[in-house]
Amino acid sequence: MEREHDSPTATAGRRHPDEVAQHDQPAFAGPRQGPLHHLRRIPNPVFAWLLMVPALVFLGGFTVFPAGSALWNSLQEPGLDGGVGTAYYEQMLGDAVFRRSLINNLLFSFITVPVSIAVAMLMAVLVNRKIRGRGLLRLAYFTPAMLPVVAAAAIWLFFYQPNFGVLNTIARWLGFEGQNWLGSPSTVLPALMVMMIWHQAGFFMLFYLAGLQLIPPELDEASQLEGAGRWYHFRRVTFPLLMPTTLFASIVGLANSFKQVDFIFVMTQGGPNNASNMLLYYIWQTTFPQRRPEYAAAITIVLVLILIVLALIQIRLFERRIHYR
Amino acid sequence: MIRTSRLPRISDKIEVGMAWLLGFLWIAPLVYVFWAAFREPAVALTLNPFQGWTLDNIESVWNSAPFDRYFQNTVLLVTGLATTQLVLGILAAYALARYNFPGRDILFAFVLLQLMIFPEILLTENFRLVSNLGLQDTIPGIAIPYAASAFCIFLMRQQFKAVPKELVEAAEIEGASRLETLWKVYLPLARPTIVAFGLVSVSFHWNNFLWPLVITRSPESRPVTVGIVRFLSPETGIDFTSLTAGTVIVVTPLLALFLLTQRQFIQSFMRSGIK
Repeated sequence: MEREHDSPTATAGRRHPDEVAQHDQPAFAGPRQGPLHHLRRIPNPVFAWLLMVPALVFLGGFTVFPAGSALWNSLQEPGLDGGVGTAYYEQMLGDAVFRRSLINNLLFSFITVPVSIAVAMLMAVLVNRKIRGRGLLRLAYFTPAMLPVVAAAAIWLFFYQPNFGVLNTIARWLGFEGQNWLGSPSTVLPALMVMMIWHQAGFFMLFYLAGLQLIPPELDEASQLEGAGRWYHFRRVTFPLLMPTTLFASIVGLANSFKQVDFIFVMTQGGPNNASNMLLYYIWQTTFPQRRPEYAAAITIVLVLILIVLALIQIRLFERRIHYR
Repeated sequence: MIRTSRLPRISDKIEVGMAWLLGFLWIAPLVYVFWAAFREPAVALTLNPFQGWTLDNIESVWNSAPFDRYFQNTVLLVTGLATTQLVLGILAAYALARYNFPGRDILFAFVLLQLMIFPEILLTENFRLVSNLGLQDTIPGIAIPYAASAFCIFLMRQQFKAVPKELVEAAEIEGASRLETLWKVYLPLARPTIVAFGLVSVSFHWNNFLWPLVITRSPESRPVTVGIVRFLSPETGIDFTSLTAGTVIVVTPLLALFLLTQRQFIQSFMRSGIK
């Protein structure tokens, strides 16, 4: 039908009703003489591709193409006349800093994401009911998520300072000894995790508030009639029904935890002794201060692979959701 | 009923208490930094509200770097980017949502894959690429890797899918071209989603740091997040004045925008979360 529409030269006998309408009403002949007049002759599939092209050029140009060139660069042998080989990957296997960064990243991801999600779920359930000051509380929970990560990092840097930091001041009031939170390898990672949970929990809360709106209120009433407690209701009704939201938030959070390292620049620079280094920060270090772009490319490939796996899981989940609809 | 009526009341109180405690924990750090930023260094950490107020901290940090230029750069960057992302995203989403063309499903899967792989992950290669394009240390250079947003395409496609067929057919009968149909039928219905994406995009790029840090060198092109960092965490040792004042400077504009339009903002983020 749209094809016919595109060809105004259709024979009079087979004229589509649309065409008749157009010819009878000169008011609609206007666009035909416009500068985009010739666009009408383009068949739909070609037209659709033309619409896609600009977006594809940029998406491909700054993700697929650089990923490909990173792969190519990482497979060069060091030296001027080196051929293709896996030298940089072998180097990576023996690199303690890389191993430390990967472990740190995994620890960071698999602790901050579940904790943030649990806190977010708690926040959403707490403010989903009609309690006094609900709007204010939502605002309080969400505001940290609006801050740039560098600012969130600065706030906690201020808190963690050994001499004038709030945390140590409180510790001293309570009679404990102050800690150099960001300066000692055993506390630096947990300290960064606390900052990140504070920063992102409110963001995930919004996903849950949206998810809670999709739960029919009859279920709540049914639980009340049955005399079920709030906790029982949460465990048996709310939590299972929020599962899609939880999966979605987990994937978003995990991906984010691999590509968000801004706070390291402000708080620790990866230290002390790489105790807070992470993959993307190490990529930056090897690229710029150390000037080893080929080695950085090899680490980039590892990071891209991690994210592709996460993306594939997400696409799977997404397809299943469509299937259920 | 009698058995349960008393118990929920206590647990209700506990819940409300928990909600406020959590709210306090979440907002207190920010409030405290704002408090400290407007206090004389000597009394900054005391809680006496009757003395020691000052604007010197903010003033001295503001005057030691071209912050007006930084903010100008940021505003230019985020408005330009949101516009470009929306234009490119809407065109692509229209194709994906309305037409069945060879390769469509592969293209859509490709877009979904891009939701995960952000340009800053590939900073080594993108630095080289953008430098080769001659855009190093320029605002277009910061923007160009993000010009097409997979998230925007995805969001708009979901929205366009929900446009009723009858409306599209009516527009066709009236002789509207394909682009006119997009403009007059699809876009008006998608306005809330467009606003939602606009806000998400603006706040994301306002806060973005790593890529702008890598690709810029001079104050002429640096956005405020990059410009502020040397005050937040200077190499000479952290001092409290510049840290708190710097935080206030970088946080205030977007925070003000957020507080003024918070309902819209939160709705927007929620909307983009569901879809």
